[in-house]
Amino acid sequence: MTIKPILSVKNLSVTFPDNNGGLDALGELSFEIRPREFICFLGPSGSGKTTLLRALAGLVQPSTGSVNFMYHHHEPKIGMVFQQSNLMPWRTVMENIQLSMELDGAGEVKAQNKAREMVKLMGLKGFENSFPRDLSGGMAQRVAIARALIHDPDLLLLDEPFASLDALTRERMWTELSNIWQEKKKTVVMVTHSINESLFLADRVMVLTKRPGRIKMDVEVDLPRPRPDDIRYTSHFGKLAKKLRAAIE
Amino acid sequence: MKPKTLQSLSRWLGILSILLAIPLWYLVVQISGLPKFILPSPVDVWTRFLKALQDGSLLYHAGITLVEILLGLVAGVSFATIVGYAVAKSRPLEIALSPYLVASQAIPIVAIAPLLVIWLGDGILSKLVICALIVFFPVLVNTVVGVRAVPPALYDLMRSLRATRWQILFKLELPASLPVLLGGLRIGATLSVIGAIVGELVDAEQGLGFLLQLGDFQYDTSMVFVAVFMLIALALSLYGVVTLLEKKFLKWQK
Repeated sequence: MTIKPILSVKNLSVTFPDNNGGLDALGELSFEIRPREFICFLGPSGSGKTTLLRALAGLVQPSTGSVNFMYHHHEPKIGMVFQQSNLMPWRTVMENIQLSMELDGAGEVKAQNKAREMVKLMGLKGFENSFPRDLSGGMAQRVAIARALIHDPDLLLLDEPFASLDALTRERMWTELSNIWQEKKKTVVMVTHSINESLFLADRVMVLTKRPGRIKMDVEVDLPRPRPDDIRYTSHFGKLAKKLRAAIE
Repeated sequence: MKPKTLQSLSRWLGILSILLAIPLWYLVVQISGLPKFILPSPVDVWTRFLKALQDGSLLYHAGITLVEILLGLVAGVSFATIVGYAVAKSRPLEIALSPYLVASQAIPIVAIAPLLVIWLGDGILSKLVICALIVFFPVLVNTVVGVRAVPPALYDLMRSLRATRWQILFKLELPASLPVLLGGLRIGATLSVIGAIVGELVDAEQGLGFLLQLGDFQYDTSMVFVAVFMLIALALSLYGVVTLLEKKFLKWQK
């Protein structure tokens, strides 16, 4: 059975103007994403990963091609998590999480209830009224994820969200994100340069070439879920990792 | 425990130094034997203060000056914030306006105050405009700096959430630049006091500057002292209000 995609990208390229005829960040990319799929884009630095994500978020205009969401009724709601937590320092944890509800004009009571739910889900209890300056990197990134999820986005975009965390925290966050994804069943597009991260989390990994980024390889990750911590020591994980490693320039 | 005692000690030290200055001043008057119209003693000034308070003249004139200061401050800050925001957002506007902005800063306000009084009369309006002008530049500069310092990543966040222009203004730009904006207000508040006095000294029928000049003409030097102290009190209260605002709105800062 073929499932209809919720997002289809056709011949997408992005060129940034410079004094030298323009910098091609993305070559012509085409791909489709099915609902509730967890996609990872894997590539070296400078492969235009972030540019791709920004194009999906509508923050960058495509130079050619198109990004089409298969919704007829409404503009897609997007939740985005950045490399840095990107919290508003003047807002408490609760207020940061509520931001998108506020922008949507939701009532305060509703927003607070929803935010409390997210606080529980992300393990932020006790930090509701803290300001970002008092949070550790991992905690701040949890708030950022909560903020991206609270308005039930159609598409969750993750831009190397764990890159700034230490190794232990990062691995704990993988498990947490994986659990949340299984609970919430969101469509997720994540970019990363960590092979382990992509295999641990994704249904499908696409490897990008160096600039201008094109899709070099599209791999289904057929590892069973839920994926325990030690799955990375299995031979199948190793085989997939090797394959991806070989594809990255 | 220890830093706290030190803190309260230093506060006492401040009060102590003021308390010591008064007898010292008294002593200087006694020893030098200067006449009252050159250097009045603290007792003279206190007596004059009580008299001016009782006949209502002090509060009346201080009230006039306060109104000029506040209206000028509000006008100057509002105008400077709007222009500053536009300049921060638009490069061409910045280039077009910058000669005027720099020139407005280069002209000493004392030099154009007489012109403004000629054009606008010797009432409150001319003082208000002088206050607004003197406040304008520092607040404008702070607005530009504040708005430009909003982290670009937070704009990305807002745009990814499809925030409207107004939402970006009120939920991002305003709170993000508030520390710098309040810094501008702090400078503006003290400058505004200077503006009002400059205007009143040029020509006025009322206000603390008028009182000051009246005291000067009548060799009522105690009155001059009273007016000066009243001005200091006004400036300090304004400064205190801005500090309170900062405490209230910037508690997220360390």
